Amino acid sequence: MTIRRGMLYAGLVIVAIAHLVPFYLLIVLATRTPGSTSSIWAIPSTINWPNFSGAWEGANLGSGLVNTFIITACSIVGASVIGLLAAYPLARRLTRGNGAVYTSIIACMMVPNLTILVPLYRFMVDIHGVNERWAVILLHITFNLPTIVFLYAGALRSIPRELDDAAAIDGAGRLRTLFSVLFPLLAPATAAVFVIVGISIWNDFNFSLFFLHASDVKTVTVSMSSFFSQYNSYVERAAAGCLISSLPMVVLFLALQKFFINGLSTGAVKG
Amino acid sequence: MFYLPALILIVTFIGYPFIRGIAYSVTDWDGFSQTFSFVGLDQYARMLTDQRVVTVLLNTLIYAIGSTILQNVLGLGYALLLDQKLRGSKLVRTIVYLPIIVSNLIMGYIWYFMVRFNGGALNEFLGAIGQGPVNPLADRNLAVLVIVLANTFQYVGVAMILYLSGLQAIPRSLMEAAEIDGASPWRRFWNVTLPLLAPSVTISAVVNVIGGLNIFAVIVALTNGGPGYASASLGTITYQLYFGEQNAGYAAALGILTFTLAAVLGLTTLYFLRRREVELS
Repeated sequence: MTIRRGMLYAGLVIVAIAHLVPFYLLIVLATRTPGSTSSIWAIPSTINWPNFSGAWEGANLGSGLVNTFIITACSIVGASVIGLLAAYPLARRLTRGNGAVYTSIIACMMVPNLTILVPLYRFMVDIHGVNERWAVILLHITFNLPTIVFLYAGALRSIPRELDDAAAIDGAGRLRTLFSVLFPLLAPATAAVFVIVGISIWNDFNFSLFFLHASDVKTVTVSMSSFFSQYNSYVERAAAGCLISSLPMVVLFLALQKFFINGLSTGAVKG
Repeated sequence: MFYLPALILIVTFIGYPFIRGIAYSVTDWDGFSQTFSFVGLDQYARMLTDQRVVTVLLNTLIYAIGSTILQNVLGLGYALLLDQKLRGSKLVRTIVYLPIIVSNLIMGYIWYFMVRFNGGALNEFLGAIGQGPVNPLADRNLAVLVIVLANTFQYVGVAMILYLSGLQAIPRSLMEAAEIDGASPWRRFWNVTLPLLAPSVTISAVVNVIGGLNIFAVIVALTNGGPGYASASLGTITYQLYFGEQNAGYAAALGILTFTLAAVLGLTTLYFLRRREVELS
């Protein structure tokens, strides 16, 4: 039994190391002096800060982070409200029509966004949405709605209908019932929605690349990719840029870990 | 009618473009001209003889199916390991999970730093143990492999979490009963654990397959489809055809092909795995 446990612990350590190595190497690369001859596996003795300032200015990361933040925040709030509104009747009134609407919305999860790139781009040109943050926000909201409707509908079904009836008897309208009575009870689902949708929008590359070309609206991923293709021989700066652009999400993740993992596993199990 | 806003958005930004995409796919539109002509199914016929499309289709299937299999096998292994209630399990779970938080573009760059020819971590390691350097990103097959590995590394945590919650839902009593009946750990795994995990397998596989078909950023970061178009996917080639080669009609047709592939592959996976599920009742 002790040998078995020993092997299990060895396995655990191997998994941990295997998954930390890429991050370790990124940190080493981002902190070492360009042109240094020491091994990338060795911990650098000093931190070469110019890597970071060079990446910050060269990739315009400040503006990228602001744009990403605006787009993510607006999309999450918009998508959650619209998704919750849609999930409510679809989970509560199980008519045939509602069933069809629900299935069609969920089926959209199967549409990879790259498949409609051509017509979507054309459409964006038509409605003057290219290089506009609102356009990408609308796209993020739309493409995340299926997941959100799914999560909220699942959660709503587990709340007894009697609550709605009680609220109705007390004179609450349907909107009031949804937002004042049911919404507080949906906190775990809301956490899952925020985490899942938040990560996917913050890290989005496709939509930002297609629709946001102008330097003042670029998100952090697109800023990084332009920076990288321009200066890919300055690996230390590129690595520093990678580190900076991942940091906000990683810090948030480590701080709210329980939230993240619960949210993601709720989403995964029901998804 | 509360679902009206959602429905309007979906019809406007998914449904309508989708129909318009089908319309573009039967034209020779270049992406910006006001005029174009109807060419019937020419764009689709062209795919059949286009060596690039054949390569890219194969790559996309490898990305989707290869990383689905790897992620699920590894994810199940990790979940079984972490389910042993060892000290430090929580920490390892966090570590395996971390890459999911990072953008897949950045993950591609991280892998680029590891496997690049000059000064990459892999070659420094090989040099230290007396081996010659390798250049996986310049090799047609290895480039594809690196992309599969990078994608697997990033998302294995999703499968792991799914299986962990699946494992935790299996009643202790079932395991104990099997143990009393004298089933070996191996048999308990095949005959009790795995069948009960089937719903998790289904979800994880379908999610991975669809995600794998949409793989884009990690390729842009690592190889940009190269060498040549040897590691390109349907996604990167669609982008290239539209923005790079002004071949919008063809790009739209490839989009429809990708969609069909997603539907067929997703539904097949769903169908085959659903049949293997057992209900806990």
